[in-house]
Amino acid sequence: MGSPADTSKEEALLRPLSGIRPGLIAGSLVTGAIASLLFFSWGYQIKNDIGVAGINRPVFWGFYITNFVFWIGISHAGTLISAILRVTSAEWRRPVTRCAEAITVFALCIGGLFPLIHLGRPWLFWFMIPFPNSRGLWPNFRSPLVWDMMAIGTYLTGSLLYLLLPLLPDMAILRDRVLAETPASLKARLYTLMALGWRGTTQQWHSLEAGIKTMAIIIIPVAVSVHTIVSWDFSMTLQPMWHSTIFGPYFVVGAIYSGIGVLMVAMYLLRRGLRLEEYLTDKVFNNLGLLFVAFTVIWTYFTAAEHITVWYGHEPSEMAVFWERLAGDYGGIFWGMILVNTVIPLGVLSFRWGRRPLATAIVGFGVLIGMWIERFLIVVGTLRMPRMDFTVGTYSPSWVELGVLVGSFGMFAMLYFLFVQLAPIVSIWEIREGDHIANPLPENPQSIGRTSR
Amino acid sequence: MTRWGMVFDTDRCTGCGACVVACHAENNIQTVGEDEARKGRAMHWLRIERHYEGTFPDVKVRFTPVLCQHCSAAPCEPVCPVYATYRTPEGLNAMVYSRCIGTRYCANNCPYTVRVFNWHDGEWPEPLERQLNPDVSVRPTGVMEKCTFCVQRIQDAQSLAKDDDREVGDGEIQTACSQSCPARAIVFGNLEDPASEVVRLARSERSSQLLEDLGTHPSVFYLRGGG
Repeated sequence: MGSPADTSKEEALLRPLSGIRPGLIAGSLVTGAIASLLFFSWGYQIKNDIGVAGINRPVFWGFYITNFVFWIGISHAGTLISAILRVTSAEWRRPVTRCAEAITVFALCIGGLFPLIHLGRPWLFWFMIPFPNSRGLWPNFRSPLVWDMMAIGTYLTGSLLYLLLPLLPDMAILRDRVLAETPASLKARLYTLMALGWRGTTQQWHSLEAGIKTMAIIIIPVAVSVHTIVSWDFSMTLQPMWHSTIFGPYFVVGAIYSGIGVLMVAMYLLRRGLRLEEYLTDKVFNNLGLLFVAFTVIWTYFTAAEHITVWYGHEPSEMAVFWERLAGDYGGIFWGMILVNTVIPLGVLSFRWGRRPLATAIVGFGVLIGMWIERFLIVVGTLRMPRMDFTVGTYSPSWVELGVLVGSFGMFAMLYFLFVQLAPIVSIWEIREGDHIANPLPENPQSIGRTSR
Repeated sequence: MTRWGMVFDTDRCTGCGACVVACHAENNIQTVGEDEARKGRAMHWLRIERHYEGTFPDVKVRFTPVLCQHCSAAPCEPVCPVYATYRTPEGLNAMVYSRCIGTRYCANNCPYTVRVFNWHDGEWPEPLERQLNPDVSVRPTGVMEKCTFCVQRIQDAQSLAKDDDREVGDGEIQTACSQSCPARAIVFGNLEDPASEVVRLARSERSSQLLEDLGTHPSVFYLRGGG
């Protein structure tokens, strides 16, 4: 880049990457311990059968599928938001994209675990993979679960590329720094590998730009299709209040909504924890807060549309689910969801004071809880009330399911703590590029002359 | 042509439960015990639903035995990612236990809630393991199962008929439930054979099917209307 690096400002970005940071190490260890709960609970379940979970007949899916939809939803934070901001060339995106893209990859890795965790025989999961084999057996391509696996595989590949591509110049910056200090260290080898021989030639910059642009455009329809297909796991069935045409867009909107929620919380914590006030500015929070409140309205609209059409149609099997959700056993958490997903966000984010960092983070945390409840109500709410009313059931999770849930949050946080220590969480070169666009250097008078004419 | 079907005469059914017990014994269905049953994990392939009609003191109880309806357009089949459940040429909705990975998607898409899942391995304490039916595989943990229309009995009768170079006659095959019903409320047979008893009963004025409007085309008919 043309402009000399503003080294004092950049120090804040490089600080977590060098030396021993007790706070970050302690954070990694604590969250790692919580993450181990996931593997302990899952291991216990594999050893003692899926029956140690609280699921039963007719509630064959419970916390695991709720978590699956929730985490895949979270993954829309990143890539989709960052891709939209990139495609529209929103300048204020620069400090946000990296931390959003990282959320996507980590949330997808965790979300992708849940379909395995929930299987009755997880060691046979490879029956779902299409490959030529001696048994002549293929997966059933008519099954939404097979679509799911392929959609998530595509999205994970795409978003990993989309995270790694813009990381290249930063990896090269780090490589050069570390090689100058400790050329034989493990870190030096890691950064050399990750930088993929980046030299910063004009041709490399052009290729990178083309690559990022292409991925940003590709990833938007991929992200939309992923959560549509997740919703089709439900809407392709015959079950009351699952069999709904609105589910595709409803799930995508919910996914982005929860994605912004987790981004708000993550950005607030990064700003406080890593002292990134100069990058994650009040303006960034304000702008994302506006996007957030727009999605509050869209999500509320979809939720209202979904319930009003069911109520107006008044089909008995659907009404059984409907009333159970609004006024039955789940009435409390349903209205709690409306409180944290609609009332509070509208009441806070509509005002400028409500779009300051702490306020948006608190609202974001509430939306995370609300969106988890939404998925729980969809999964368990319908299954509890089957058409044959003789088999109406009930569900309460066991400690194994709770352990996996808590562990999944620990794992997400742990991956984030590790990532922050290995890569700059705000893209250094993109910030430099932004500074350059804002204050072009007079080193090339001709170009300046051209712009002023 | 063969399409196996069943008729329940609910006017005859007394709700005694003999069919449920016979089904357990014939098909090596595990008994899960009190605690698991309370969680909603009882594994009966055939359940008897009790429905109360009228208000006290003029109350009538009606029993509806419900098992897998072996639908011609079965919602459970397309959703299975690994083809563990499929439709046989003879109209049975079959389970391949060794293929099942336990997504339980089929059970979620069954509008009749007749599929049951092996949440744990079955236990047959001494000497109960000696009464296991050698013609039926014992299902392991993590696998879905449901009524098979006693496919082992169907195959048995078919191979006997083949030895004699003849077709299987009407009434020759008895499922465990129909065999054990003291009220003779359960009839099993070939729905494609116009002369069979099941077809005669299925065409009766009293005949109806469960959740007919869903378009699943079940192979099970219910008679009701008399006493």
